Amino acid sequence: MEYVIVGNSAAAIAAVEGIRKNDKKGNITLISDEKHHTYSRPLISYYLGDKVKEEGMYYREQDFYTKNNVKTLLGEKAVEIKKEEKKVVLDSGEKISYNKLLIATGSVPFVPPMDGLEGKENIYTFLKWDDATALKSKVKRQSRVIVIGAGLIGLKAAEGLNKLTDDVTVVELADRVLSTILDHQAASIVQKQMEQQGTKFVLNNTVVQICGDGKVEKVILKDGKALPCDILIIAIGVRPNVALAQTAGIQINRGIMVDSKMETSVNDIYAAGDVTESMDITVNTNRILALWPNAYQQGEIAGYNMSGGKMQFDGAFPMNAIGFFGLPMITAGIVNPTGEGYSVYMEMNEDDQWLKKFVVKEDVLVGFILLNKVDRAGIYTSLIRDKVSLGVLKHHLLEDGFGLKAFPKSIRKEKMLMGGRK
Amino acid sequence: MKKVYALEEYCVGCKLCEVHCVVAHSKSKDIIKAYKKETPRPLPRVIVEEDMPVSFALQCRHCEDAPCTKACITGAMHRDEETGVVTNREERCVGCWTCILVCPYGAIVRNEEGKKVATKCDLCSQSGDIPACVKNCPNEALKFEERGE
Repeated sequence: MEYVIVGNSAAAIAAVEGIRKNDKKGNITLISDEKHHTYSRPLISYYLGDKVKEEGMYYREQDFYTKNNVKTLLGEKAVEIKKEEKKVVLDSGEKISYNKLLIATGSVPFVPPMDGLEGKENIYTFLKWDDATALKSKVKRQSRVIVIGAGLIGLKAAEGLNKLTDDVTVVELADRVLSTILDHQAASIVQKQMEQQGTKFVLNNTVVQICGDGKVEKVILKDGKALPCDILIIAIGVRPNVALAQTAGIQINRGIMVDSKMETSVNDIYAAGDVTESMDITVNTNRILALWPNAYQQGEIAGYNMSGGKMQFDGAFPMNAIGFFGLPMITAGIVNPTGEGYSVYMEMNEDDQWLKKFVVKEDVLVGFILLNKVDRAGIYTSLIRDKVSLGVLKHHLLEDGFGLKAFPKSIRKEKMLMGGRK
Repeated sequence: MKKVYALEEYCVGCKLCEVHCVVAHSKSKDIIKAYKKETPRPLPRVIVEEDMPVSFALQCRHCEDAPCTKACITGAMHRDEETGVVTNREERCVGCWTCILVCPYGAIVRNEEGKKVATKCDLCSQSGDIPACVKNCPNEALKFEERGE
């Protein structure tokens, strides 16, 4: 059996592990346009901020590929799929045959057209290890850095940069930071925390023009204001990297469409991770869920099914654990409900920098924000995933000691004495 | 594999399991030194939940299909293929708390003394003995056994 995997991050590595559960012998070829041994993308901000050194970046041990008998083609780009011939074409012209193919090409930065964007040095995106390395060598103590976008990537970049320069400004079109995972109150606490560390924010605004001769010198904002700038980081968002899938005529909506086995519309071609669309079970809609845990889960399922097993993907929902300057937060599902039928249970203390918010619909937990008080968050996550009818549990959600003791005895015993998920 | 099972009917909520968990994961393995001299003091990896008259001690279930190992962004959290024990390679952990986000039992704790790391039950794997919580439970409310689920 010839397995070919395009990608080298969470979904791709999970697929190797999934395949090897069933098939110890089949040939696996892994292709990635990045030359690195598999590394953890979320750690690039830690690397930028010197919190993790090179040796701490790797997602699996150095002998991972040999141990799993994986042939790697690193630094090679897969540019085309010839589905009739069942071959992947590399940019070198070489063709690689497959019986089963996995597309785990992840995301690419979304960079909208901007006046003055073209032909300038010192404009970066922040998604790859090489991006962090380049920034690290370019940013000096006196560099004035502007980050466009106050989402997860933009703020993580800003946090990492704090170590390198005293002048970081984040420009965001929305009226708050982290608008997809936080509500106004939580966002305001996080923003203040970052401001205390020196990060500046310009909200409800965006960059409309980039000025400079060959390199960025200043940016003009929507409201006409000009900000001097030596380094510009574009962190507006990401898009599924579907270019390769397109060459095979695979069905793509915003991301690659897959069935519950993670197979695409073309036989023997699977897809997993950020490049796909998944069912968000909290809103019953297919959407892009570019999340590390989701990528691993999908990759493992894809690999397992490619190698003859039967495993089903039963949907996902947004979930994030992240922190800035020591202030942690865990959020999941619907955090800013709009429309009818939602109840919100909430408590917060701005001075002590904590907030808890739970969103309930039809007696089922559909989302939460835990800012600072994040302990045992997974119990809430499991209530969402398992769509547990809350009953009296609702009235305990906000308790600091919330735990399995609040559950009816029968469920608690089942959970605890079963001895773990299989 | 052998795991720890809590019998809530026998638990008196004394929290001796927490105390002995701290000692078992201390440098000195001595109760007085562990509590008085060691900084940072190790955290208990067993959590006693109490809502009298109910109390029980909960620790990692060492899931076969462990969400924490799959969600871990660095590869620090892993399951030993031979023993089945789920442990965190703390030197690789960055304290992002993604494992806490996905553990359905709430069995992973934050250790924020020094370098932030996730800490959890390792079934006292290094000791070669039965887990300290089980050994020291005065009312046999914790069992360490194979149940072949």
